[in-house]
Amino acid sequence: MTKEEKKIYVNKKGLRLDGRAVDESRPITIKAGVLKNAKGSCYLEWGQNKVLVSVQGPREALPKHIANPFKAIVKFTYRMAAFSVPDRKNPRPGRRDIEISKVCGEALEKSIFLEKYPNTQIEIWAQILDSNAGSRAAALTAASVALADAGIPMKDLVTSVAVGRIDGKIVLDLNKEEEDAPDAVDMPIAMMSNSKEIVLLQMDGLFSKKEWEEAYEVAVKGIEKIKQLQINALKEQFKLEEKEEKKTKTETKEKSVESAKETKTEKKEDKKELKDNKELSKAEAEVQ
Amino acid sequence: MQKDVLLELNAEKVLNNLKEGKRNNGRKVDEYRKITIEKDLYKNAEGCAKVKLGDTEVIAGVKFSLGTPYPDSPKQGTISVGAELIPLASPFFETGPPSMESIELARVVDRGIRESKAVDFEKLCITEGEQVLIGFIDMYAINFDGNLFDASAIAAISALNEAKLPKIENDKIVEKEYSGKLKLKRKPLLSTFAKIGNVLVVDPDLMEETAMQARFSVATTEDNFVSAFQKGLSGAIKKEDVDNAIDTAFKTSKEIRKNI
Repeated sequence: MTKEEKKIYVNKKGLRLDGRAVDESRPITIKAGVLKNAKGSCYLEWGQNKVLVSVQGPREALPKHIANPFKAIVKFTYRMAAFSVPDRKNPRPGRRDIEISKVCGEALEKSIFLEKYPNTQIEIWAQILDSNAGSRAAALTAASVALADAGIPMKDLVTSVAVGRIDGKIVLDLNKEEEDAPDAVDMPIAMMSNSKEIVLLQMDGLFSKKEWEEAYEVAVKGIEKIKQLQINALKEQFKLEEKEEKKTKTETKEKSVESAKETKTEKKEDKKELKDNKELSKAEAEVQ
Repeated sequence: MQKDVLLELNAEKVLNNLKEGKRNNGRKVDEYRKITIEKDLYKNAEGCAKVKLGDTEVIAGVKFSLGTPYPDSPKQGTISVGAELIPLASPFFETGPPSMESIELARVVDRGIRESKAVDFEKLCITEGEQVLIGFIDMYAINFDGNLFDASAIAAISALNEAKLPKIENDKIVEKEYSGKLKLKRKPLLSTFAKIGNVLVVDPDLMEETAMQARFSVATTEDNFVSAFQKGLSGAIKKEDVDNAIDTAFKTSKEIRKNI
């Protein structure tokens, strides 16, 4: 079933069109805590993919009838900017956006201690700014970091990646050019790597059972590496916060003599609580 | 989707029974409900099928329209799959814009068919770069008792298998005249599993669906390929579950395919 002109997707040295090895992902950079108005946030670049994620809540679930008296509900919204694809995308959410929002939200649910926040909702917004295959993996990976940044207690980070097949070979993290290969198979997967639990799994293309098993192994290894980047981003974020905290503490000591004492201590306590919360989630992310 | 308190109360029973290796409905973990397929029911449809999977019932119909091809595939027609979870099928379904559930359902059925290359899209081309046929497969839930995914997928592929291609004259479709049958290269089928506790059961009924933490679907073809995966809901699955599901799906879909 090969098409007219034969492209070599993986050369004799085992290198791909963009020079990557078969089990190598595109370069990933993650930064937590990038949005002022969000409780938690994350900016992630994954090759050409760029995604900005915010987390709000847990706060009252609205409309009221959707509230669950036993646990928080997760509302995940995946949206592509109109300019994030080669042909302008209609900004109205399409069926693809809705399906991705659904599966990504469900993938995160298992990782959060939802039962701690009954009757509330946790809102996650993933805005894709630029894309080149693999944007749902980028959005989900970033969302998990943003949740930790928001101080929401979690069992584990959720890490996502796409694996697939091009030209008969199993490869990690397909880019758009590879995804358009005639025999391409694309399999986005997300896991909580501590327990090896799969929280998201989709696939399209023709796979044999053996190829699925091979792809799974490649994915697990890729996920381990990407998870380390998530942890590093969170460590970086909380290091900075500690410094700021110390600074503000000394400032308040100097200034807090008489006036407006109450409000300041209140503020301080607020911050302390937030910090505790964040440290908790950081600790939880690290205890593995 | 609304919920039924009685069903939720039964969820625990389903779970406990499964711990002892028993399904509430007496089936084996890899056993489907009885499947019946009726064809050729509606004259205006180019192909149609009504599928009963136990008490779950789905009707699918195919219509062809003329359209322009995508710029990156000028020689190919395409298909479009839609699913309607209408209130006549269940007190849990509501009117209004398509729900997340119906969109996911349609897209998973679409993926299973499209990615298995069951339909030769080049055969749907009329004038290269200008005019192609688009096959619309629309599925309606008629009675909901769990596992709409598999019932819909069986209905969709059965309807496609019956579908007649419209006759085209002067760039227009001639009503009630056909140029032949649409030939399918493969007959992909979906097998859906519910993970309840640590057990994976195929073809969950409504009571089992209320108890499941995760849902997993595999589309399989007769030549031993899988053409789609979809994991749904908030629970997790493990690699062994996927392996197990693939093996069961190959086995069960072989039987179902004989009826199409």
